[in-house]
Amino acid sequence: MASSAKEMKEVLFGPIFANNPIALQILGICSALAVTSKMENTVVMCIALTLVTAFSNLFISLIRNHIPSSVRIIVQMTIIASLVIVVDQVLRAYAYSIAKELSVFVGLIITNCIVMGRAEAFAMKSSPGLSFLDGIGNGLGYSVVLLFVGFIRELFGSGSLFGYQILSLASEGGWYQPVGLLILPPSAFFIIGGFIWILRTFRPEQVEPKD
Amino acid sequence: MEAYISLFIKSVFVENLALSFFLGMCTFLAVSKKVSTAFGLGVAVIVVLGISVPVNNLVYHNILAPGALSWAGFPDADLSFLRFLTFIGVIAALVQILEMTLDKYVPALYNALGIFLPLITVNCAIFGGVSFMVERDYNFTESIVYGIGGGVGWALAIVALAAVREKLKYADVPDGLRGLGITFISVGLIGLGFMSFSGVSL
Amino acid sequence: MAKKNESLGKTLFVVIALCLVCAIIVSGAAVGLKPIQQKNAALDMQRNVLDAAGLLEPSTDVVAVFNDRVNTKLINLNSLELVEQANGQNATNYDPIAAANKPEWSTKLQKSEDTAGIGTREDVTKVYFINNEQGELETLVLYIRGYGLWGTMYGLISLQPDLNTVRSVNFYEHSETPGLGGEIQNPKWVAQWSGKEIYGDSNEQVEFDVMKNPTQENHDVDALSGATLTSNGVDNLVEYWFSDKAYGPLLEKIRKGELSNG
Repeated sequence: MASSAKEMKEVLFGPIFANNPIALQILGICSALAVTSKMENTVVMCIALTLVTAFSNLFISLIRNHIPSSVRIIVQMTIIASLVIVVDQVLRAYAYSIAKELSVFVGLIITNCIVMGRAEAFAMKSSPGLSFLDGIGNGLGYSVVLLFVGFIRELFGSGSLFGYQILSLASEGGWYQPVGLLILPPSAFFIIGGFIWILRTFRPEQVEPKD
Repeated sequence: MEAYISLFIKSVFVENLALSFFLGMCTFLAVSKKVSTAFGLGVAVIVVLGISVPVNNLVYHNILAPGALSWAGFPDADLSFLRFLTFIGVIAALVQILEMTLDKYVPALYNALGIFLPLITVNCAIFGGVSFMVERDYNFTESIVYGIGGGVGWALAIVALAAVREKLKYADVPDGLRGLGITFISVGLIGLGFMSFSGVSL
Repeated sequence: MAKKNESLGKTLFVVIALCLVCAIIVSGAAVGLKPIQQKNAALDMQRNVLDAAGLLEPSTDVVAVFNDRVNTKLINLNSLELVEQANGQNATNYDPIAAANKPEWSTKLQKSEDTAGIGTREDVTKVYFINNEQGELETLVLYIRGYGLWGTMYGLISLQPDLNTVRSVNFYEHSETPGLGGEIQNPKWVAQWSGKEIYGDSNEQVEFDVMKNPTQENHDVDALSGATLTSNGVDNLVEYWFSDKAYGPLLEKIRKGELSNG
């Protein structure tokens, strides 16, 4: 393998901050935000997506020299969809209550632009090992944003984390009055907007030019 | 009849695919800089959702659902685990057929919508609409209404966002927030507006 | 190399090989995991029933308690008779909610009588009888559902042997706003239901209400704050399910002892 340790590190950690797929390329937030009102669901979703991205990258890279370009997209789709079905079946078998709450959003990983985008842009050109790392890296980059959103929404919206009460709620005799807005879907957009703002304040080179 | 109208209103406003389920966000954010393109994409989504939800409904209820294969002599077969793969295939095929048909018979429409059609194959709004149809167990008529309603809701949301963004060009937004950041916040505000439709029933 | 890949033979070969491999993996996963999934789904429902009956403690062995105490019966709501099988399914795997969606297994409701907003009602329902050690009826658990703010709320309600006093309720599936309408799952709110009587003195009129500032202490539950439409939805669904259009006649029959709970 020609890749040096430095390149591998770049491929793995680059997407987390410097080249975050959600913040920079607006990829793959579709299926992501609707499940962020609880940390538990968020973590499961992140793991599922990271695994699917990594393994689809790996498999596509393994057979990249044999894929005729005319059927390239459908081959990628088939591999991704099969992986998602496997993940969905495993979740239903071993994490039934979470699978019920995630409902259609596990299936939506298929149409998640990150998975498809990495398969097409990276795995078709790179060696299996690197592609696998790239998948993990992008999955983690996605997870960072999602976990950030999930953390804020659950902690301040319901006063709990992973279902354990952290802030004692006013309705239960405590002091914390939860921010109802944070449990509602639109709050996820505000939080991501804020996240991008913070990220770009520290990395001014990502600021978009005026048009 | 009333049930269908109510379902339509619900799918357009209350359960808006883009604003309350975040579906189709990639294209939603990327193609909402101008009202005219947003409108074209919106119409394309209405058409594709309006066709693919009922078609997938037929596929699901006649082939994939538990016990659906009894007409072929397999009353115990349950192929529902294949639904993701089937739906994505059916959607891709439908979009392809639609593209070729439009190209051949209605070139004017093809010129207007053509560039959006490939974008739509992997649009989560379509796939999400189909998945919701299965999960909520809509019948055939309901699935037509839901498909069109969901498309109209999505189109409405993207046109509204494009209109806001056209005006935002003239605003002096803080550097870090310019572009993507402020767009997310605008989407959130539009979403809040749509939430006031909740509980509407006919 | 590139040219070789584009040949028809190779394209077909790659596609077919890929389909085969994926098909084996996918069906392997689906078939292999199916028994566990079905067990989970059944366990989930059993847990809901025990929760509604007030029998669920964190340490409860759900399967054992359910099999030991709960007697599942199918009852035709039109003829008020016990049935062994409905639509080819026995009491264990019959799903009344799925049946309500099938036109041939359900009755369409008129708009005026459909206060719960459910559209169709299943013909055959599933009822859980829970007996005490002497074999007398201790708790009766019934399915209820109705439209709230965002969607249908699915629940189970349990009654004491007089078939009038509520023991508990469990809305196990709903899509109400978390923190507001979603509080229908809050144990504190659910605790209010215990001991409320659904019917008035003659067991005819549904007196139970979910309302702000309850007026009848033995019949009313306080509405959820900030969730008027959810509360109205719960109020309406109780009104519907305990009316003579749904469970009313059945409860009357069991009360008279004309329907043995075997």
